[in-house]
Amino acid sequence: MFPELNSILNSTPDSFKSSDFILVSDRRADASFLIHHHLSFYLRAGCKVCFLGLVQSFSHYSAVSQRLGVSLAQAREKGQLVFFEGLKNSIGVILQEDTSQETQPLSYLRTPGAGLEGLFRFVERSVRQSGDGYAGESWGPPVLLIDDLSVLLSLGVSVGAILDFTLYCQAAVCSELQGNVVILVRCEEEDADDDEEGSNLLQRGLVHQCNLALHVEGLPTGYCRDIHGQMEVWWRQGEETIYNQRKIFHFKVHDKGASFFARGTSSAVL
Amino acid sequence: MAAPVSGMAGSTSTGNATSFQKKPRRKLVSIPGTRPSVQNGQLLVSSGVSSLDYVIGGGLAVGTLLLVEEDRYDSYSHMLLRYFLAEGVVCGHELFLASARDHPDEIVQELPSPIVDDVAGMKISEGQSQPSDPENPDTMKIAWRYQNQPRYILFLSCSFSPLPVPYHALLKSIQTVIRKEGFDGSTPQSKVRNVLRLGLHSLGSVLWGDDVCCKDNPAHCHALTTFLYALRGLLRTSLSVAMVTVPSHLIQNRAVMGRIIRLSDTAIALESFRGSEKETNPLYKDYHGLLHVRQLPRLNCLSCEVPDTKDLAFKLKRKQFTIESRWFPSMAV
Repeated sequence: MFPELNSILNSTPDSFKSSDFILVSDRRADASFLIHHHLSFYLRAGCKVCFLGLVQSFSHYSAVSQRLGVSLAQAREKGQLVFFEGLKNSIGVILQEDTSQETQPLSYLRTPGAGLEGLFRFVERSVRQSGDGYAGESWGPPVLLIDDLSVLLSLGVSVGAILDFTLYCQAAVCSELQGNVVILVRCEEEDADDDEEGSNLLQRGLVHQCNLALHVEGLPTGYCRDIHGQMEVWWRQGEETIYNQRKIFHFKVHDKGASFFARGTSSAVL
Repeated sequence: MAAPVSGMAGSTSTGNATSFQKKPRRKLVSIPGTRPSVQNGQLLVSSGVSSLDYVIGGGLAVGTLLLVEEDRYDSYSHMLLRYFLAEGVVCGHELFLASARDHPDEIVQELPSPIVDDVAGMKISEGQSQPSDPENPDTMKIAWRYQNQPRYILFLSCSFSPLPVPYHALLKSIQTVIRKEGFDGSTPQSKVRNVLRLGLHSLGSVLWGDDVCCKDNPAHCHALTTFLYALRGLLRTSLSVAMVTVPSHLIQNRAVMGRIIRLSDTAIALESFRGSEKETNPLYKDYHGLLHVRQLPRLNCLSCEVPDTKDLAFKLKRKQFTIESRWFPSMAV
C-alpha cells in the first residue's frame, strides 16, 4: 500500500468507495506496482480478495507483499485470499494432460474461441463464498483483482469474449455484492494496433466501463533514471463532481513502495 | 523457482511459535555456477558474456526467460546462444538445446572455450570437443530436433491442440526432461541440485512450422505466444533458465512482438551494422552493432535495477564480446 497514492485517490483501508471498477493500464511501461498496491490495500481493509494471477507465480506476489507488510500465505490460509495460479495450472491444459474439473477455469486454453465462462464461474464461486475463517470471521465486501487481462489476448481469446467476461464480473461483484474490481491491461503503441484483435481495443472498451482509470506511461521526453514514468488518474463524474477529472503525476518506484509527485517537482529536478 | 534463496524465513512462521525460538541455521543452497543477487537475493546465473550480465542486472535469474531479438543475419545472436551454452558447460549445468535449422550437435561442437586466466591458474575444461561429462553420458541433455520425433506427430493428430505440432512436441520434451531429472523438485534429492539451461534457437521462424514471420495476419498468430506462456510456467516451477532467440526483424505485426516481449522476463535486441548504412558511419566505426535493452524483469521486488544509459553498442573481438555505452566508450559498462 502506498500512502501517497492513497491520498491522491482519497481512500484509506478504513474508508474506500465500494462498487468501484478500477482500470489500471500501461503503455510501454510496467504498471504492475499498482496491482501490488491494491492487493495489500484491500487485504489490509479486511476484504475478501479473489486474485487471478495469470502472469506471475504466487511466490512473486508473496515476496513483494511481504515488503509492503502483508502476508499472502496467511491470508490464503485464513480464507481471505483466493489465489488463482494461472501459470502453474496452464501447462497441463496446454499439453492436454489435465482434463480434470479443477482446470475448468482454464477452458479458454483448450478452445480459445469458446470464451471465459469457466473463469467467470470460478470468480463467482470465490467471491460468493461465505467467510469461514477463524472464529467465523466474515470479511468485508469482495474484491476481484486481475493481473493481467491482456495476456488472454496472447492466448487466443477474442476481445469480445474478454469484454463479456468483465461485464459479467462487474455485474456480479460490483452491482450485486457492492465489491470492487481492479483490472490490469497492458497496451501497445497506438499506431501498432490497427486490427480488430488488440489490447488497445480492450483498453478502450474497459475505460467506458470503469469509474477510475490509472494509466502509466514513460515520460514523453524520454528515459530518465530518477523519474520512472508518469501516471494519469482519471475519475468518472460522480455524485460530487459534475465533470470527469484528470490529473497527471510523476512517480518513482522504490524497494518498499512508490512515491508520487506533481510534474516537475522530482528531487532530481529541484 | 524464481524465489529468493534466503530471507523468506519470516513468512513461514506458523503463528504458534514464540518469537524466542532459535531459528535453525538454514543451510544455504549452493548450486555451482549460481550466485545470489545483491539486490534481492535472487539466484542468478551468468549469461556467458560478463558485460551483458552487467547490463541486465547482474545475470539471469533462475526461473526466467531471456529473449534475444536476432540481428539480421543471426550472427551475433547465435554467438550469444553459444556463449550461454558454453557458460553452462563450464559451470557444470545441464543443457537442453533445440534448433530447427542447424543440427544441435553441430552447434555444440562449435562452442567457444573459456578464456584462461593464467594468473588464476584455472584449469581448461574441455568445452569445445567434449561437452558432456564423461562420467555421466546423460548429463548432456539431448539436443533435439523436431523432425526426428515422428511419434509425437502421431500422438497429436487425434486431438485438437492449442499449439502447432513442433511447439507442442518441444514443450512436451522440455517438460519430460524437467520432470525426469528432477529440476522441479519432484524426484527426491539423490544427487546435487543443478540448473537446467535451455537454449531455443530461432523460435517463430518458418522452420518451426510457424507462419508469424511470413504473414501479416498469420494463421498461427497465437502459437508462439502460447508456447512462451507455457514455457514461462515451466520455468517458474523449476530450477531452469532459458534463452530464446526470435527473428523479430521478420515479424511484421508489431503487436505480436510487443506481446512476445511482455511474455519474457529479460528482453534484448541486437542490431548489427553489417549491410546497413551505419557500417560506414564514422560514429560507429569501433562497433559491430547496437544493443537495445527492451525489458528488465521485476521479480519478487517492486523495482528493478535501472540502467544508467540505454545507448549501448557491442563489438566482437577475437576473445570477447563486449558491450559498452555508446557515448563513453572508455568506461566499460
